[in-house]
Amino acid sequence: MRYPAFLQRIADRADVQPVRILTFSINGQAVSAREDETILSVARENGISIPTLCHLDGLSERGACRLCIVEIKGSPKLSPSCVTLPRQDMEVITNSDRVLDYRRKILELLFTERNHICSVCVSNGHCDLQSLTTELGMTHVHYDYLHTRHAVDASHERFSVDHNRCVLCQRCIRVCEEIEGAHTWDVMGRGYLSKVITDLNQPWGESTSCTGCGKCVQVCPTGALSEKGKSVAEMTKKRQFLPYLKLMRGDESR
Amino acid sequence: MTQTIQIKPITRIEGHGKITLVLDDSGAVSDAKFHVTQFRGFEKFCEGRPFYEMPSLVERICGICPVSHSIASAKACDSILGVSVPAPARKLRRLLNCGTFIQSHALSFFHLSAPDLALGFDADPSERNIFGLFKTYPSLAMDGINLRKIGQQIVESCAGKRIHPAWVVPGGVNKPLLEENRDFLLSLLPEGHAIIHRTLDWFKGSLENYREEIRTFANFPTLFTGLVNSEGNLEHVEGKLRFIDSKGATIHDGLDPQRYDEYLAENTEEWSYLKSPYFKALGYPEGIYKSGPAARLNVCDGCGTPQADQEWAEFKGLERGPVLSSFYNHYARLIEVLYSLELMEHLLKDPELLSPHVRSIARNNEFEGVGVVEAPRGLLIHHYKVDEEGLITWANMIVATGNNNLAMNRGVLQVARRFIKSGKVTEDAMNRIEALIRAFDPCLSCSTHAIGGPNLRVDLVSPDGTLLHSVLS
Repeated sequence: MRYPAFLQRIADRADVQPVRILTFSINGQAVSAREDETILSVARENGISIPTLCHLDGLSERGACRLCIVEIKGSPKLSPSCVTLPRQDMEVITNSDRVLDYRRKILELLFTERNHICSVCVSNGHCDLQSLTTELGMTHVHYDYLHTRHAVDASHERFSVDHNRCVLCQRCIRVCEEIEGAHTWDVMGRGYLSKVITDLNQPWGESTSCTGCGKCVQVCPTGALSEKGKSVAEMTKKRQFLPYLKLMRGDESR
Repeated sequence: MTQTIQIKPITRIEGHGKITLVLDDSGAVSDAKFHVTQFRGFEKFCEGRPFYEMPSLVERICGICPVSHSIASAKACDSILGVSVPAPARKLRRLLNCGTFIQSHALSFFHLSAPDLALGFDADPSERNIFGLFKTYPSLAMDGINLRKIGQQIVESCAGKRIHPAWVVPGGVNKPLLEENRDFLLSLLPEGHAIIHRTLDWFKGSLENYREEIRTFANFPTLFTGLVNSEGNLEHVEGKLRFIDSKGATIHDGLDPQRYDEYLAENTEEWSYLKSPYFKALGYPEGIYKSGPAARLNVCDGCGTPQADQEWAEFKGLERGPVLSSFYNHYARLIEVLYSLELMEHLLKDPELLSPHVRSIARNNEFEGVGVVEAPRGLLIHHYKVDEEGLITWANMIVATGNNNLAMNRGVLQVARRFIKSGKVTEDAMNRIEALIRAFDPCLSCSTHAIGGPNLRVDLVSPDGTLLHSVLS
């Protein structure tokens, strides 16, 4: 949150709003961080890679995909690093066999839910989900496919949503609310029956809140949201606008 | 006691099929059926998809002729867009199609059929394959490999990859041709010409050896159909449909392919997943017609390119009317490869081919579209209906192999009657039945995966279902 300039100067003074700096370790490497930084962000600052899907620089964190899980010494459960803050002397492991195994399983489960057939997808070759399979070394899906059948909504003049390719990362929901300010997108239903909706589950083309800006399409990690008329493998997403928009609005806190 | 013989699976064809032969009490063949045993379901699961995904979606029907499917599909989508495709894009699609014809015909002739043609239909089955061909006729086998490579390189240079490229799109193609790729393709032509002339000389010189096969490989009167251009010459991508009868008389000419359903209908049989299209006016099954390489050369007035025209004239000279025996499909394939090489050269020398104007952009303006091309195996029809949003509500595809279903079935019977005597199923008789099917080069599931284990199994089954005898080759 930004204050008027005279107040901001005070807010920016570390002696008035002190932010604690703490030290902890990731994979045995000593790192320091502000207490309000996430483990994911500290890891990436230090060149330690953690895979993510729902995370997108410039949007708030949601912790939806769980691919960024890490091990924290002393804790029996795995924690999503995008929404976990470090504590002093914490020991974080990002690449143990257990972590890598669970990440692959999570990714496989994402593939079991809906119909992610890359070869006939508009985003083939430009897809975050597809890239993760090579990054995480996923070769097969060891679970039964659910392949819930969803209709394509192509009622919008320029865009279409194919729920069969949606991974429920909620990037569209966040960019629409946080950057565009329209909050057209939301999620309805529970569990694997959840789906993203426009307005009150109306066809996208009939949405009164949608401004047609297309930011949701550009941030979507898969081919779920795409520009109409794009053939297979033609849909490349342009996300360069996000940091600029954040900068112009003077809001870099998120 | 009647007996049933099954040939399952049929080898050296694209996909999976089986043949059932029924023998009567005297051991003579009384009935024969050619079954396609795989169900694909494309027409159904394409429903609900956006039409602009269709060219790539239907490409997955086939690993050998995906390009044919993508062009037929894109033409149907062009109609749904309601736009005219820019001339450079039409030429590029045509060039791409030359590549697919060369590689597909090379595969059929050299990899699948040459073992029969060169080594003999009754050669040792363990040698009667591409490896055996390499041992005995290494230069012929190498020619096959190299010719197919040329075809694949044409596809790759145009479309970016050899199998399942996503280059042909509704309204045109999605990238112009690069000048260096054009030059590379021009450099392939001399080798292509050398191979095809060598092979034509060899094949024509050995036609004498196949007299019995020529006489019995689906050698009976049927209608023939194919696309021809405005001059009546051979045409693969555009043009109008022509039907001729078994005497060579034109029954219909200049038929608009968009209205295919006015003169073609499909029949289903419970013993095969492959539908049997027939010529409506004559009814089922009298409306039997042949499509594919020999049929195309039968219906056209020439190829329109100088060297292929010479070969065409020789081909037409084989018989007084249309060339009836489907064995001659092998011959026709070689002529079409020559035609494709010549057409390719003509296209590559056209400066317009490098134009960046290769795609017309529009939304769906029409609710229905039909796209028709000649695939290597025959006429290929894609027909879609879409709703207001451009989502497919109905799809019908008549694939090239389907056109010849009736003819293949009757052909199997003809060959079986000639080569199976007194209920004795010899290995070479089985191979001739398979070779008849190979002459049509059917693309059953449209995949080329090799079949492991025994190449062929023939079961003799009594009417009550007990297995009497089994032969493995």
